[in-house]
Amino acid sequence: MKNDTFIRRFLPELLPKLLPALMPVLLVAATFSPVPALAEDEIVLDKAPARTDPAELQAGARTFVNYCLTCHGASAMRYNRLHDIGLTDAQIKDNLMFPTEKVGDTMKVALSSADGKKFFGTAPPDLSVIARSRGPDWLYTYLRSFYRDPARPTGWNNTVFPNVGMPHVLYEFQGERVVKPAAPAAAGGEAKEGEHAGEHESEAPKMQFEIAKPGKLSTVDYDIMVADLVGYLVYMGEPAAEQRKHLGYFVLFALFLLIALTYALKSEFWKDVH
Amino acid sequence: MSQIRTGLTAAQKWVDARFPFTSQWKAHLSEYYAPKNFNFWYFFGGLLLLVLVNQIVTGIFLTMHYKPDATLAFASVEYIMRDVPFGWLIRYMHSTGASLFFVCIYLHMFRGLLYGSYRKPRELIWIFGMLIFLSLMGEAFFGYLLPWGQMSYWGAQVIINLFNALPIIGPDLSTWIRGDFVVSDATLNRFFAFHVIAIPLALLGLVAAHILALHEVGSSNPDGIEIKAHKDPVTHIPLDGIPFHPYYTVKDSFGAAVFLLVFAVIVFYGPEMGGYFLEANNFIPADSLKTPPEIAPVWYFTPYYSILRSVTSNFMWIIRLGVLLLAGLTFLSVRITWVRLGVIAVAAVLLILSWALDPKVWGVGMMGMSTMIFFLMPWLDQSPVKSIRYKGPLFKTALTVWVIAFLVLGYLGTKGVSDVRTLVAQVFTMLYFAFFLFMPWYTKMDKTKPVPERTT
Amino acid sequence: MSDEKKMKPGRRNLIVLTAAAGGAAGVVTALPFAASMLPSERAKAAGAPVEADISKLQPGEKMTVEWRGQPVWIVRRTPEMLAELPKLDDQLADPKSLRNQDTLTPPFARNEDRSIKPEYLVVVGICTHLGCSPSDKFVAEPEPFDPNWQGGFYCPCHGSLFDLAGRVFKNKPAPDNLRVPPYTFLSDTRILIGADKAEA
Repeated sequence: MKNDTFIRRFLPELLPKLLPALMPVLLVAATFSPVPALAEDEIVLDKAPARTDPAELQAGARTFVNYCLTCHGASAMRYNRLHDIGLTDAQIKDNLMFPTEKVGDTMKVALSSADGKKFFGTAPPDLSVIARSRGPDWLYTYLRSFYRDPARPTGWNNTVFPNVGMPHVLYEFQGERVVKPAAPAAAGGEAKEGEHAGEHESEAPKMQFEIAKPGKLSTVDYDIMVADLVGYLVYMGEPAAEQRKHLGYFVLFALFLLIALTYALKSEFWKDVH
Repeated sequence: MSQIRTGLTAAQKWVDARFPFTSQWKAHLSEYYAPKNFNFWYFFGGLLLLVLVNQIVTGIFLTMHYKPDATLAFASVEYIMRDVPFGWLIRYMHSTGASLFFVCIYLHMFRGLLYGSYRKPRELIWIFGMLIFLSLMGEAFFGYLLPWGQMSYWGAQVIINLFNALPIIGPDLSTWIRGDFVVSDATLNRFFAFHVIAIPLALLGLVAAHILALHEVGSSNPDGIEIKAHKDPVTHIPLDGIPFHPYYTVKDSFGAAVFLLVFAVIVFYGPEMGGYFLEANNFIPADSLKTPPEIAPVWYFTPYYSILRSVTSNFMWIIRLGVLLLAGLTFLSVRITWVRLGVIAVAAVLLILSWALDPKVWGVGMMGMSTMIFFLMPWLDQSPVKSIRYKGPLFKTALTVWVIAFLVLGYLGTKGVSDVRTLVAQVFTMLYFAFFLFMPWYTKMDKTKPVPERTT
Repeated sequence: MSDEKKMKPGRRNLIVLTAAAGGAAGVVTALPFAASMLPSERAKAAGAPVEADISKLQPGEKMTVEWRGQPVWIVRRTPEMLAELPKLDDQLADPKSLRNQDTLTPPFARNEDRSIKPEYLVVVGICTHLGCSPSDKFVAEPEPFDPNWQGGFYCPCHGSLFDLAGRVFKNKPAPDNLRVPPYTFLSDTRILIGADKAEA
C-alpha cells in the first residue's frame, strides 16, 4: 500500500479530473482529423489540392456540366446557386445550360436511370453530395487513375475503384494510360491483357502505368483540371460552407462576450457565498 | 416606475389567486436550497435541459421541410441544406445537439457514479434518469433512420434484426416493428412518428418526474453529505445550502455560455466531426441491395456494440464462470434459506440457457444488460459512504478501470472485427461487467475515510 | 418577487447588462429560424415567370396560363370590344384603376385598356371578392344579370361582374378590378408572365 500510492490514490483521483480536460482535446482532434469516408483496402490516396478561388471553381463547374451531367445528375444543386462562385444568371445560362432550361432549375441528368442501368450495369449515382461521402482525396485520385483495359465492357478500368462501370470520360485530356508490361517484357509496348486488372495480390508488384496516347493536356495541367473539378464537387456538396464559416466568426465573438459577462455576473453573486 | 411595479404586483396577485405561480417559483427556484459546493460535474443537468430545448426547437423547424417518405426523405434533407433559408444551420444544430446530448448525459451519469447520487433516498431520481437515458437511446435510434442514408438504413436493419435472435417470437417481432419484411417506407414513417412526438412527449414527462423527485429530496453534493442534517435553528434553511435562484441560475448561465461556445465551434467549423457526428456513408442514399463495407453504429452506441460483438461461443465459458462465481459469492453472503435456494435456481437456469440459447442471443442480452445494469446501482453500492472522496482504493481502482473499459470498448466499436480486437473487447467486457457485478462485495470491504459533517 | 433589500448598483447594472446581452443573443438566434419559414429556393423557382405562346390565339378568344398556382388569362380583344370600354366608365366602381394600384395595376397597365398592347388583356383570373374564378361572357347580348351586357366576365359565386379590361362593376360584392400581373412581351408571339422585364 505504501509503494503503490500512484495507482491507488493519485491515479483514481486524477482521472476524474483529467477526463473533462481530455474531452475538448479529443473533440478538437476528431474535428480536424477526417476519418476516411470509405475504407478501401490500402489504396494510397493523393491529397486533393485545396480550391477556394472562384475562377478555379468556375472552371470546375464548366468541366462538370460538360462532361458529368450527361450521365450523372446533381439533383440537389440549382443552377442559380452558382452565384456563390461569382457567376451571373446570364453567364450561367449562356455557358452552362440548354436554352429550354430555367436558371432556377436543378441539375437534372439527361440519362434516365433505367437507361443508365442498361448501359453501365448500374445507374450512375447522383453527384450532389459525392464529395461528402467519398471525400475529395478519393475523387481526385479516382479521376486520375483510369487505365485502358480491353477486358472491361467500357474498355476502361480504375485502380481506385476496380471494375468500375464508368468509362474514362476525360481521356481526351489525360491521354490513354496503359499498364506497363512486367520486367520480362514482351516486345513492344502492348497493353497487358486484363487478367491482372482489378486484382490486388498482397505480394504482387504494383501495376505501373504509362501514357500510350497523350491527351490534350500535360500531366500537370490535367491534374489542375481534375483539382478544379474536385474543388467544384466539394463546393457543390455543401454550397453554404462559406456562409457557415463567415457567420461563425460573429457567433463566436458574441459568445466570447457572453462568457465574459456571465462570468462577471456569476463572480459578483458568488461573493456572497462562503 | 413605481406605477409599473404596482401594476406588476397586482398582476402577480391576480395570477397567484388562480395558479401556483409564486409558490412554485419559491419551491423550485428562489427558496429551493441546493448545496453550495457544486463543482464542474454539476453543470450537465442544466446543460441537458438546454440541449433538449435545442433539439425540440430545431426539430420543429426541420419537420416543416422534411418529408418522411422513402423516395423523398434523402432529397428533402438536401433541400433543407440548400434551398431553405438557414436550413443548413438548423440541420447542423440538430445533428450536433444530438451528439452533445450523449456527451452531456454520459458526463451527467458519471457524476452520479462519482458522488453516489443514486444512493438512498435518491433511488427514484436515478431510476427516472435511467428511463430518460433509455428513451434518449431510442429517440436517437429512431431519428437516425430519418435521413435515409446508407448508415441510416443498414443500422436500422441490423439493430431490428437483433430482435430476430429472440427465441420463438423473434422474427414476428421484427416484422411487427418494421411494418414490413425489410426496413422500408412503412418503417420510416412510423419511426418518424416515434421520433417527432411519441418519445419527446415521454422524455418531457420523465424529465419533469426526474426534477420533481430531485426537489422532493434535495440535491446531493460532491461530499455526499446531507445538507438538510444541519439547518439554521431559526430559519430552518440548511446551513450549507444556497437558494438555487439566483446562485445556480447565474452559475448555470455561465456554464451554458461556455457550452454554447463548444457547440458553435462544432456547428460552424466542424459539423461532421471527422465523420463521427455526420457519417460519410450517410451521404449515400439508402440502397436496400448494397450494404456498405463497414457498418458501425453512431459513436455513442459503440461501447454496447463492442459488447454485443464480443459474445462468441468461446466467451460463453466466461459467462458460465461468471455465473458460478457470482452465485457462489451471493450464496455465501446471504443467510435466508429461500433466498439461497433462489440463487441456486437462477444460476441453474442461466447455465442451462447458456447452452440452450445461441451466443447471438446472449450477445443481444449482454448488450441490453450493459445499459440496464445501471438501474441496479443504488443496491449494488454497499459502501457506508456516498462520495468517491471518502471511498477507498478498491472503488477508485474499479471505477478507473471501468472508465477505461468504456472508452476502449467505444473505440473498438468504431473498428472492424479482428481476432486481436475481439480478444481485447472480451477482456474489457468482463471488466465492464465486473465493476457492477462485484460491487456489493468490494464496496463493503473497502477502507473508507471519515465523512465530514459539513461541506468542504 | 424581490423584497426591498438594497442591491449594490454595480450588481444591478451587471444583471441588466447580461440580461440585455442574453436577450439580444436570443432575438438574433431567432432570426434564422423565422427566415427559414420564408419561401425556399424551390418555392421561388416554382414561382418563376412563365412563358405563354399567343401565336394561335384568335381575336375574341381567351387562353389560360398557370403562374404561381393561379390562372392567368390572356384575352385577344377585338376592336369592337376595345371601343366599348370607355362607354362603361359610369357603371364601374373604379374605371381609372386608382384603387390599390401597387398590387393590382402595374405602371404599364395604368391606362384605359389596362394593358401593354390594347389587343391583349392579361389579368389574373381570380375574383377580387372571395377568390372564385369568373366565367367568360364575351358576347354582347342581354344577360339575366344585365340586359345591356356588352361583354366581360361573370363570377358565378356571388354575381360580381368585370368588363373586358377586368374592371369591376358598381354595386357588386367584389371591391376591386382584376389584378394585372407583371408581364412583358418577349416577341409578338410570346408573353412572359411574372416578370415585367425580360432577363436575357
